[in-house]
Amino acid sequence: MTGMEKAKISRLFSRMPHRKPAELSPEEETALRQKRLAKIYRKMKRQSGKKKLNRSTAGNAVLFILMGICGVFMVLPLVMILNNAVKPLDELYQYPPRIFVRNPTLNNFTDLYVLLNESWVPFSRYILNTIIITVGGMTGHVIIASMAAYPLAKNHFPGKKILFSVVVLSMMFSWTVTQIPQYLIISWLGINNTYAALVLPAWSFGMGLYLMKQFMEQLPDSLMESARLQGANEWQIFWRIVMPNVKPAWLTLAIFQFQQMWANTGSMFLRSEELKPLQYALQQITSGGVSRAGAGAAVTFLIAAVPIIFFLICQSSIMETMTTSGMKD
Amino acid sequence: MSMAIRNGRSMRKKDTLWHQVRINRASYLLMAPYFTLFFLFTVLPVLMSVYLSFNYFNMLEMPRWVGWANYIKLLLEDDIFIISLRNTLLFAVVTGPVSYLLCLLFAWIINEFRPKVRAFLTLVFYAPSICGNAYMIWNLILTGDRYGYLNGILLRTGILNEPILWMQTEKFVMPVLIVVQLWLSLGTGFLSFIAGLQTVDKGLYEAAAIDGVKNRWQELWFVTLPAMKPQLMFGAVMQITQSFAVADISIALAGNPSVNYSGATIVTHLLDYGSTRLDMGYASAIATILFLLMVGTNKLVQRILRRVGE
Repeated sequence: MTGMEKAKISRLFSRMPHRKPAELSPEEETALRQKRLAKIYRKMKRQSGKKKLNRSTAGNAVLFILMGICGVFMVLPLVMILNNAVKPLDELYQYPPRIFVRNPTLNNFTDLYVLLNESWVPFSRYILNTIIITVGGMTGHVIIASMAAYPLAKNHFPGKKILFSVVVLSMMFSWTVTQIPQYLIISWLGINNTYAALVLPAWSFGMGLYLMKQFMEQLPDSLMESARLQGANEWQIFWRIVMPNVKPAWLTLAIFQFQQMWANTGSMFLRSEELKPLQYALQQITSGGVSRAGAGAAVTFLIAAVPIIFFLICQSSIMETMTTSGMKD
Repeated sequence: MSMAIRNGRSMRKKDTLWHQVRINRASYLLMAPYFTLFFLFTVLPVLMSVYLSFNYFNMLEMPRWVGWANYIKLLLEDDIFIISLRNTLLFAVVTGPVSYLLCLLFAWIINEFRPKVRAFLTLVFYAPSICGNAYMIWNLILTGDRYGYLNGILLRTGILNEPILWMQTEKFVMPVLIVVQLWLSLGTGFLSFIAGLQTVDKGLYEAAAIDGVKNRWQELWFVTLPAMKPQLMFGAVMQITQSFAVADISIALAGNPSVNYSGATIVTHLLDYGSTRLDMGYASAIATILFLLMVGTNKLVQRILRRVGE
């Protein structure tokens, strides 16, 4: 048993329900500990065959039924978007609307394809813009927010507390009213109508730093100490030790940030048509009225599909981390 | 680090601060890029908004200083603000804790499955949050004529004799909005809990089983929750910011203004002044009050959360 494990188990002891209050004499305490150890030993012998706790079947059934009902309701919008994309026009306009398609068709997608070829800015340009804005806004934020989160979580220095509280508090101020001052600042900086007007503010969101800091806090100090003893500098500790150990955190942050940047139409800051992202171009199609309804349904599907695919990739890597990596200490 | 602090303490007070800053310069360097942008794009706009709350500002003319006038009008004369405050508090009190517990419960159950199934289930429950304005589907469910799904079901089963105009009837607006908000609740907090559960040391469970933890509820309270306390704190802050800032669903389903302001929240009131009446000073005053409300709630919630696992 390593020192860490021992410390963990003793921490655990202190949380157990049968714990006696602290005012025991040393002798009593030793006796208690011995009694407890004996109990553990007996239990270990009994449990050597099975490792998992008993989970009651009735409890399981209730939980799964509850989850099933909720799941059906929650997946409804996804099902709807998927079905609408392959509905022919007459079914899209059916009233009352049906959720499931009867005569699936790919016409909506061919319509969309024709439409896209007609746009006066080449469609690939919108895609490129979106990639720059989404990927730039996401990776930049994940990296610099994590860089700032590491010292806040693990080092002690003057100003640490206040910096962190300002970040947490900043999330509570309504974004609607700060938009106008933010617009003024972006104009003063002269980055209006550039990618930077969307990407740089996105790097400074408060949530990412808070999320990363909370996860980094859990890392054992011994991890950093041993790296420091081996001569690693702060950057190396951050990049080679801290970041790999909080993979679930930055993958989750990447999901949030991707979703947010992907949904950004940039209409507030980008005026040149050739800088506008995909989301903007596609919204023009969905707002095209009756004749565009089919293509619009296809667009809605495509807009939803990309973050979902990204979500699935990230989520399955989050799950993998725990099966492959043993633990952090 | 600890040695450095001890050295610092032995010196005179003025040296201590400078010394600590100097030995921690690597930390400051790591934080520099983020905090530069953060102060520029987040803190500065907030400060400017607070300043604007003491002005009359219609976004066309220069701001004109009016002192406390906006706040006085807001707190003493604005009846609709009182309605929206009441609705927002109702949202916060009901959806806040319930959503939070739902996030935790679902994350915890999902965690029991095999990784592939887990990723899929996470998508199912996160679906309302990932597809943009997914709540629009509730417009279909709540349509006021007999073709709305909810009316249809209730008429067919004989519970109703005539369709109900759900979102045009005052007494139904808030309950419906609360249900929709709960439906949307598995968002940010949920995903952070899922990630948090991945980082709980599996050795702890075995140690706990040996130590006499009998069922999964005890396991949750004594092992899992204490191990993911930082995520619980994060989830709580996100929950507060979300349940106090409900506006989109109210506007999409009940309209802004809603029938007799029955679905008005602080943020719909703010949007009313900020984007319809172009009174940015007044909107900023509303935002400042909302901010203070959230900060207070946060203090309270963090105090409660410290007791988890005791």
